[in-house]
Amino acid sequence: MTAAGPARALSIYIGAACLVLMTPIVIVLILAVGDQTYMRFPPESLSLRWFATFFGDPRWQRALASSVLIAAVACVIATVLGFFAAYAFVRSDMRAKKLLLSFMLMPIIIPHVITAIAMYFVAGPLKLVGNVFWIGLCHATVALPIVLLILLSSLQGVDVNLERAALSLGSSRIGVFTRVVLPLAFPGILSAALFAFLASFDELIISLFLAGVRSETLPVRIWNSLHLQVEPVIAAVSAFLIAVTGLVLVLDALVRHARTIRSPGPAAAQ
Amino acid sequence: MTVQRAPRFNDGTVLIVPAVLLLALVFVGPLIWFFVRSLAALGTPAEIAAHAWAVITSKAVLTALSTTNWISLLVTLLVLLASYPVAYYLATHRGWRFTLVLFCVVVPYFTSIIVRTYSWMVLLGRNGLVNQALLKTGLVDQPLTLLYTKTGVLIGMVYVLLPYMVLTLYAAMKSIDPSLVRAARGLGAGGFYAFTRVYLPLSMHGVISGSLIVFILSIGFFITPALMGGPADVMIAMLIERSVEITFDWGGAAVMSLLLLAATLVLYGIYYRLTDVRRMMGA
Repeated sequence: MTAAGPARALSIYIGAACLVLMTPIVIVLILAVGDQTYMRFPPESLSLRWFATFFGDPRWQRALASSVLIAAVACVIATVLGFFAAYAFVRSDMRAKKLLLSFMLMPIIIPHVITAIAMYFVAGPLKLVGNVFWIGLCHATVALPIVLLILLSSLQGVDVNLERAALSLGSSRIGVFTRVVLPLAFPGILSAALFAFLASFDELIISLFLAGVRSETLPVRIWNSLHLQVEPVIAAVSAFLIAVTGLVLVLDALVRHARTIRSPGPAAAQ
Repeated sequence: MTVQRAPRFNDGTVLIVPAVLLLALVFVGPLIWFFVRSLAALGTPAEIAAHAWAVITSKAVLTALSTTNWISLLVTLLVLLASYPVAYYLATHRGWRFTLVLFCVVVPYFTSIIVRTYSWMVLLGRNGLVNQALLKTGLVDQPLTLLYTKTGVLIGMVYVLLPYMVLTLYAAMKSIDPSLVRAARGLGAGGFYAFTRVYLPLSMHGVISGSLIVFILSIGFFITPALMGGPADVMIAMLIERSVEITFDWGGAAVMSLLLLAATLVLYGIYYRLTDVRRMMGA
């Protein structure tokens, strides 16, 4: 009884906690397929009209296009630079490694409001407000720490002796990089790219300052709508963002799965 | 340790340069430029100091600082209490139970903050699901005002920040050897005694680093309090945003930002000393 009591209490608490954690996600998904014209739960009848509104309205289409474009820019920049940096961290003997890493993680620690205002401050005179490339670059700084954290742990699984072997067998440094390091690190790079894309796709505060009217992203339009008057289409847009998150998580799981099947060695060693 | 390290083989240091350049040009550069230019615009050093003092001691800023502090402390405490059992469960279970609970933590974690906040606005509204449930079970006979109050802010922030704590705690608990608790039990300790004297101290570094991360993120929080709080729940990040967007007071924004930045960096410095940054956010 003494052992069963706390164990049962824990199970009940965990059940309740999981319910509370998932409820807001499920609610949005249900609202999105409802027919109601204002925030009301549960919806009285089902319909896909808000998805039709979302995908049919040119203003929402523009926001979607901006979001995707900005996230693509941020994803490419953060993944490429983050991969090089992570490789340097894992392989080089440089001093002050920990200090440098903690500096590079700062964009996710420093309040986004401050970063966003500073980025907005320099963007004004340079006429960069609303420039998708600039917003993507700014998002890349926030995505970079995520790429680093993911790749640092995955590159640790790449055996340095494989690189030494390739080098001693006559491969060039570039050859080692492209034919040994890249293929071995590829699943990690893919995961990192997925989460970098997601970080930018979901980012609100930097976009809020930098988007202007030209390049409003989906989160910015949701924010505006929640501030002024909640349009019912918001539920469908939110459900779409959740679907993108779900897709990223599924793809990441597939990548991890493929990695454990192909090379059980390093995974087991971790 | 064999001394067969090929000279310069490990030297990939130069590869870090592009990422450092990106941060220097797009992150640190703008921050310094913003602080220097908006403070310099206030006049001589004496005038800057006078203005900064006036901003910091103004009623709006003092109130916002105290609100920020209290909300952040409360959020951190609530998140810690709510997360500890979840992390413990994850650390002590395997198979489908583990996967299911992890799923319930990770899906909200990677969902956009604006979406999560929107959902809580629907849930906590006057006719929202929470009030409907409370009325139906007879716990209250009038709908509660939850949205646009401090309670609303607390609920929203606890929800958004909980996954950071769970994942940090879980990372710490994963390395606790379960046989230590069993040994304590075998030597006659009660379940509660074994937990408080063996397990809890061993998980303490997770508790500290998780609390630091959640507190750091709380003091700079913007989206959730801005949408779910009432007029009295203004946090410092909201005040900074308003002084730029509404009153165009760049000098005031710079002073408040410096204050918030300093607090964040001090706390991050403590975090840096106490933990392995590579494990940040349960990575």
